[in-house]
Amino acid sequence: MTTTTSKPSTGILATPPAAAASPLDPATAVTFSIDGIEMAVPKGTLVIRAAEQLGIAIPRFCDHPLLAPVGACRQCLVEVWAPGRDGKLAKMPKPQPSCTLEATPGMAVKTQLTSAESDKAQHGVIEMLLINHPLDCPVCDKGGECPLQNQAMSNGRGQSRFVDIKRTFPKPIAISTQILLDRERCILCQRCTRFSKEIAGDPFIDLQKRGSSQQIGRFDTGILGYATGGPVGESRFADLPIGPAELVDSSGAPFASYFSGNTVQICPVGALTSAAYRFRSRPFDLVSTPGIAEHDSSGSAIRVDHRRGVVLRRLAGDDPAVNEEWITDKDRFAFAWQSAPDRLRTPFVRDAETGELTPASWPEALEVAAAGLAKAISAGTTPVGARGVGVLPGGRLTIEDAYAYSKFARVALGTNDIDLRSRPHSAEEEAFLASSIAGRPLDVTFADLERSPRVLLVALEAEEEAGVAFLRLRKGVLAGRTHVTSLAPFATRALDRLDGTLLAAAPGTEPEMLDAVATNAPEAELSALAAELGLDGALVLVGERLGAIPGGLSAVRRLADRTGARLAWIPRRAGERGGIEVGALPSLLPGGRPVAQAAARVDVAAVWGVDHLPEVPGRSVSAMLEAARTGSLAALVVGGVDVRDLPDPAAAREALAAVGFLVSLEVRPSEVTALADVVLPVAPPVEKPGTYLNWEGRPRPFPQALTSTAMSDHRVLDALADALGVTIGLRTLAEVHSELDELGAWDGERIEAPDVSAVEPPAIAPGHAVLATWHQLLDAGHLQDGEVFLAGTAKRPVARVSAATAAGVGVADGGLLDVSTDAGTVTLPVAVTAMGDHIVWLPTCSPGSEVRDTLRSGPGALVRLAAGTDLTVGTDSEVQS
Amino acid sequence: MTEATTLTPVLTKHWDAERSWTLATYLKNGGYRGLRAALAMAPADVVTAVKDSGLRGRGGAGFPTGMKWGFLPAPDGGPRYLVINADESEPGTCKDTPLMLASPQQLIEGAVITSYAIGCDHAFIYVRGELLHVYRRLLNAVAEAKAAGYVGENILGTGLNLEITVHAGAGAYICGEETALLDSLEGRRGQPRLKPPFPAVAGLYARPTVVNNVESIASVPAILEGGADWFKSMGTERSTGPGLFSLSGHVTRPGQYEAPLGITLRELLDMAGGVREGHELKFWTPGGSSTPIFTAEHLDVPLDYESVGKAGSMLGTRALQIFDETTSVVRAVARWTEFYKHESCGKCTPCREGTFWLDQIFQRIVAGKGTSQDIDTLLDLCDNILGRAFCALGDGATSPVTSAIQYFRDEFEAGTHTPADVLFPPERSSLFTYTPRRRAGQLAGVHA
Repeated sequence: MTTTTSKPSTGILATPPAAAASPLDPATAVTFSIDGIEMAVPKGTLVIRAAEQLGIAIPRFCDHPLLAPVGACRQCLVEVWAPGRDGKLAKMPKPQPSCTLEATPGMAVKTQLTSAESDKAQHGVIEMLLINHPLDCPVCDKGGECPLQNQAMSNGRGQSRFVDIKRTFPKPIAISTQILLDRERCILCQRCTRFSKEIAGDPFIDLQKRGSSQQIGRFDTGILGYATGGPVGESRFADLPIGPAELVDSSGAPFASYFSGNTVQICPVGALTSAAYRFRSRPFDLVSTPGIAEHDSSGSAIRVDHRRGVVLRRLAGDDPAVNEEWITDKDRFAFAWQSAPDRLRTPFVRDAETGELTPASWPEALEVAAAGLAKAISAGTTPVGARGVGVLPGGRLTIEDAYAYSKFARVALGTNDIDLRSRPHSAEEEAFLASSIAGRPLDVTFADLERSPRVLLVALEAEEEAGVAFLRLRKGVLAGRTHVTSLAPFATRALDRLDGTLLAAAPGTEPEMLDAVATNAPEAELSALAAELGLDGALVLVGERLGAIPGGLSAVRRLADRTGARLAWIPRRAGERGGIEVGALPSLLPGGRPVAQAAARVDVAAVWGVDHLPEVPGRSVSAMLEAARTGSLAALVVGGVDVRDLPDPAAAREALAAVGFLVSLEVRPSEVTALADVVLPVAPPVEKPGTYLNWEGRPRPFPQALTSTAMSDHRVLDALADALGVTIGLRTLAEVHSELDELGAWDGERIEAPDVSAVEPPAIAPGHAVLATWHQLLDAGHLQDGEVFLAGTAKRPVARVSAATAAGVGVADGGLLDVSTDAGTVTLPVAVTAMGDHIVWLPTCSPGSEVRDTLRSGPGALVRLAAGTDLTVGTDSEVQS
Repeated sequence: MTEATTLTPVLTKHWDAERSWTLATYLKNGGYRGLRAALAMAPADVVTAVKDSGLRGRGGAGFPTGMKWGFLPAPDGGPRYLVINADESEPGTCKDTPLMLASPQQLIEGAVITSYAIGCDHAFIYVRGELLHVYRRLLNAVAEAKAAGYVGENILGTGLNLEITVHAGAGAYICGEETALLDSLEGRRGQPRLKPPFPAVAGLYARPTVVNNVESIASVPAILEGGADWFKSMGTERSTGPGLFSLSGHVTRPGQYEAPLGITLRELLDMAGGVREGHELKFWTPGGSSTPIFTAEHLDVPLDYESVGKAGSMLGTRALQIFDETTSVVRAVARWTEFYKHESCGKCTPCREGTFWLDQIFQRIVAGKGTSQDIDTLLDLCDNILGRAFCALGDGATSPVTSAIQYFRDEFEAGTHTPADVLFPPERSSLFTYTPRRRAGQLAGVHA
């Protein structure tokens, strides 16, 4: 197992300096003692936290360091002596809960280690907690890692005096398709409900009834006896989960939470379990390996628990700098894809005679691949005029793998035709990334999100596209520090939960709106926003979608320069930021070095030990695919690219079919492998070590969790280069790291920021609308394959239009709407939404709504609207008539 | 009664008047004179007057009312609230209910004076949900007072504004706990809040709030009218003024007796015609079911905060429940324990689980099926609840249990072999003739 070693202070893999522990301010420090040990802590420190610093474990259940103290379970009671007015220590009459008690000067705390009173109080509470707790530890998921079990052993009586009847409930309640609740195990610590309210803001469960009948429950009509229906003005059809939908949250709105798995993890007993893991394993049989989640650009720390080579579950890791202790449900539950039965285990080569892909040995596959590529490099024969190889690495790679693609393209293929962006993109975006993002690690961090006074989200739906960043923003909002404004077509529930302000903009008009944000703007709202973006710590967070809006990123750059706000780019995929840093873009070499600059090329050529690097500027994904389709590009090397993600999937399919030679490096069969001449299997994240670079630019190294013979992309590319007769020297992680270290940071000139003007928004003809679209966190993505329980918690795909627009096409709330282009039609139920007229929003890639595939369009495009026809109803009436 | 008594009717002065609850009757009997006196003073002087009177909270804890008002931070221009706790639910306690029925204007006048003193322009009366009649009467009383200019805008032409909102709870004992009451009033689940912050700093809607009992607030007009010295002329040095003593149970003339604090049960019983004819006092509660029980040996304990505390109980709400020798103390305490189990809000472990457990042990002892360990378990369980619960409700649940075992251990021991209704046939305790329902399977006439 390879581990990343410490890195020099510059360069792509430079480990950020650990936040220096803030020195204790003697003016506000509180000196007090626990069990006779004197200590000084910052004012406001809770006794239970101070005890942890001393290594004294006070038992607790309701306490959680990231949740507000409640003092409900009473497990952490300690004896407390405090100086009275006369200065003498006097014992407080009752033992105090250490989880709510702040240390005060001169206080003397006696825990269970030194106080019989504390010890008895704790024993008493444990005994009471156990009277209604079933003795089902042998079959309980939590058994073996259960705080109640453990603390009953360490701080409880050997035998219960309770001989009466325990409280029981029918079990379990399905809170969603994924989260199950066994109420009789619940000790009512309220961690789950507090998490839902204080952290995620989607309170899907709450306390019901009282006293010994008190229970955690969902808000369904069966229990509470009120009629369903969302708050006034909100569609009853919005944000419904795909799974059983009779559930509503505490606001009466239908429940769909993206963070519900965290409640399972913080439950101190086995009351909350996940359907995916329930009864699957014993904790003590699991081997735990730290990991980094591969589903978004946050780089959340996770823990991968596996047994005999099979991953059984993933938990949130604890990384205060990044995800604290929370992850999205996608990060937690969507891992089955890595071990799907259809995994590619051997290379495949297309049989010249049958045209079928046939399993092949590695030497054979590499030889065929190298021969095909060599032919394409030298000069094309078929089709006439085709020449050269393009590289599409995809946006999900580790730094090491992306670096290998970058070097492989330049050194082995002699081209700058490499672009990791398998999504709508533009030259403007490339210039923006090269000028404003590449080579600027940790310019904006997660901690900055929660400290910022003013945050402007542009083309970024944080909950859907960067879940953990949403939680950080919400933390700042709840602390009263942060005010969020979102430039978007409508206010989502997530924006409501951020108590945010909507700056409404139809897709395509974002540049215009951004340019209007100025201190001298006639609109008070915009001038105030401009002024506040000048505050210290103000941030503009940009999503990857803005790259597809002409002039968008230029306007954002101008706004940041005008106001002084700092800029962060938060893409969706885990590999985007890292790929940019290591030169997986046509115009960039590793370290943000512009290809166009001779000095930069010389710099990199020296490290790579080659005479020179290709000078001809590379082509973008779209340009490469177009060249392949029209026969001017001879071959393609494609990494983890889902054709549906590309701006025009249909054209991409044509290109992949037309290209003379296609090499695919994939984990599982895909549309690309189906068309490839050679398929080289690569390892999924769990079977390789590597490093993601998250949107902050923070390296997120992770070790290999499972023993595997699968190879990383960098190793496969190294072998492929060898077969081509070129040595790129990237066989091992250590080799990659040492080169990255040698390359270091670039201090030369960078590419200039783009200054593209906006295009005039199209005139909207009757019956037409402007398309708005973004991805839902849980959708039809292939990285969620094989996880049915998770899929049930996804939001139901709906089309959102304003009431007037819906009326204009004669569709009622909940009725079907046809959204069409010449390419095709998406038909979805309508959720009437408070938003501008003549705009329609669709989920980008959800079941029944694959916008790029079906409509061949993106945000800002014109689409036709019409009342949809319900096919099932139609069939019925035909049968009747 | 014509004979001279030691009663001091202040709150109850005109309860016997015709339609005593109307504003007209109240005014005829000198109503709103206290308000006029208060409005002639500076607000701070009103606070001082109440401080000087020594009035202590009548809701049970006995915290000095004027001092509580003084805890409010200096005005910052934002709202401040007065919340009157009328969630009277303690078993045995029945003083605020008749007060609000018979003389609601007294409470409203007190609310206006208090609001003036603390600088609040919106007061709330949180009435226990079951008290529908009281709720209606308060609503009418507020409307009457508003129409007459005692409540609302520009009160008595002084420029003082006060809105009074009467709110009906949903019937939860816990909502008598002041912070749970505030949560409930805000529309949340009624569970006690973590303190600090205390309500004086961040109470209703996180604003400075005074929470007072009905009787405390209703006592304020008389203090303003009669003066602090007059008020202090009644009661003891540290427990001043008159208070309502609610006698109930096996007593000849049950009811409200308004007497100076420090009176004894013996004196009160004398006025009430003594214990039920032909019976003798067995045990009693000085201040509701949450206060440790007393027995005949405590007949001469002065009923003031200090003396009752010294004797091992609490003055509480002066709910004197009288039980004669026909009563099974085990059954009485078991009944109270059922109440605490039913009313526990469920927030903290000791109260939620502890009362659940206590109840099950009691059910066994009442049925004569107790075990030899049960008394020890009861005592140890109470020790594990007392002082460990989140609010005082948990503590209250243990008081009757531990005090009952202290005075009547033998009855608990008898519970290991004989059912309580065999030892103490319930029909003998009742004030009227009835045939008790027997548990299924029990032979009729087993204990004729």
